[in-house]
Amino acid sequence: MFDFKTSLGQANFENPVFTASGCAGSGKELSQFFDLAELGAVVTKSIMLKPRSGRATPRMAETPSGMLNSIGLQGPGIDLFLEKDIPWLRDQGATIVVSIAGESVEDYAILARKLRAVSGISALEVNISCPNVENRGQVFACHPTTARAAIEAVRRNIGGELPIIAKLTPDVTSIVEIAEEVISAGADSLALINTVLGMVIDTNTMRPKLAGKTGGLSGPAIRPVAVRAIYQVHEAMPHVKILGMGGVASGRDAFELILAGASAVSVGTATFGNPTAVIKIKEELRAELISHGFDSLREAVGYAHRPEGNL
Amino acid sequence: MSGINREARQIFAEIVSNKKVGAYHHIVFSVGELANSAKPGNFVAISVGGQNSAMVLRRAFAIYRTFDRGASGGLLEIVVAPHGAGSIWLTNQLPGFKVDLVAPLGTAFGIPTEPVRALLVGGGYGSAPLFGLSEVLKSRGCRIDMVLGASTAMKIYAPLDGKRSVNSLTTVTEDGTTGITGKVTDVIPGIIETNQIDIIYSCGPMGMLEAINVIAQERGVVHQCAIEEAMACGIGVCMTCVLPIRGEDGVIRMLRSCIDGPVVDGGSVIWNSKRTIPEGTWGRN
Repeated sequence: MFDFKTSLGQANFENPVFTASGCAGSGKELSQFFDLAELGAVVTKSIMLKPRSGRATPRMAETPSGMLNSIGLQGPGIDLFLEKDIPWLRDQGATIVVSIAGESVEDYAILARKLRAVSGISALEVNISCPNVENRGQVFACHPTTARAAIEAVRRNIGGELPIIAKLTPDVTSIVEIAEEVISAGADSLALINTVLGMVIDTNTMRPKLAGKTGGLSGPAIRPVAVRAIYQVHEAMPHVKILGMGGVASGRDAFELILAGASAVSVGTATFGNPTAVIKIKEELRAELISHGFDSLREAVGYAHRPEGNL
Repeated sequence: MSGINREARQIFAEIVSNKKVGAYHHIVFSVGELANSAKPGNFVAISVGGQNSAMVLRRAFAIYRTFDRGASGGLLEIVVAPHGAGSIWLTNQLPGFKVDLVAPLGTAFGIPTEPVRALLVGGGYGSAPLFGLSEVLKSRGCRIDMVLGASTAMKIYAPLDGKRSVNSLTTVTEDGTTGITGKVTDVIPGIIETNQIDIIYSCGPMGMLEAINVIAQERGVVHQCAIEEAMACGIGVCMTCVLPIRGEDGVIRMLRSCIDGPVVDGGSVIWNSKRTIPEGTWGRN
């Protein structure tokens, strides 16, 4: 029988297809289209310490094979999230990965402390692609020192069990360097990649289309960037598990990220175009792996790295 | 009026007919039982461009009307203005082609329990959902006045059978090619006064809705409007289509126009806040 199971750090999952943070809310809206328990995991929207209005509109621009978004991490804050969303997700029988985001190293530490005793969470995704208010709004994940500081703060405060997945941006000179830094700071695994910073200018108004001016590019347009980042990091650190994401819209796409070195795959923008995309991709991926002769998902992880001459 | 529309389903729906009407296309889909659950004000989200399209997002359209046709299956109709790559693609599809469609989505127009005097105002193809609404209001014994406005005659959408359910219809065009020359807001105050309007229902461009809202507020008339904001998913997960709306608790929140709208109380919207988060909004940072 085909083995679809996977793991990230000490966290085990029944199958490798997850939602992507920020593309599934906290699951409620998608639950009317399919059973959340069918997913490898629900990765929640990145939650912050306090309620957050997010940015002004327009927040979205469609681009060729993708879209630009500038939401600004709108959300209810960790306390309301723990009170309402987590119990609801537990009731659905969902496997839960909580994504957190902070504006300071201290934010990450407090968020980790608030989450350490919460039951029913399989792993923590630490989104460090946020502006650091203590460092002129520079993004944590763009510098080895700030990336390390954020992950260390979570590691110190999360306690023993909960695996940490550090989510990195591809907008850096060397993603391998940042990856090595966060792993040595205590991250168990990596989420690759966050959106790619972009801009659209409206040629009628002749101004940036988004109120926030820049936005994160997602969708199939960035898939080759994701495949490259996953490939490079897996090559440098083959023992580190990777949650891959970036423009996955089919089982074939998910398979491509797995061949590059991902042990699991998140589906984001595809859900906006198709509410049942995650389920469709899961079934297609299973068929894809079987048709290529794999008996398990694990055998396919990083298969593109096999030496020349091997079949 | 808010919350997830529990009736929403994803189906493949065949195009039954696709006809050009003035500047627009009137497209009819075979949707089976889904037709029973749609209410005036709800919208539909349709995949465009075919399987390998570079357009990754659905397009949202207000539902013009639905028909429950028993054994032969229900119908769902929309009116499309072909102005972007996605809507142009859709207007080019022929009967027999199947599209991936999610509906009904969003909130519906609130229907009064007592017969009232209602004014329905539509801008351009924003008139489409108002005809289904007028049928419902008429069946409740309401008096219905309708004002339709557009830049030019070609852009007024007013089918003959749709007009049957209204007591009066006034058309207004900016270039004077049909009806009164001007804007809908030029005629609304007079109609409110003459016909003692209790409630205004509106659908159309945001600027028009805002101008109608000013008139409604000044005269103490209830105003329900169908708003629009750039939308990626239509089902409440992407958080792009938000608008600042004041809740019953007085707190302004950035609410999703796909879930908490498109139909909202005009008086609760913080209008003209484009490119800013209004002072006092929950979680403003």
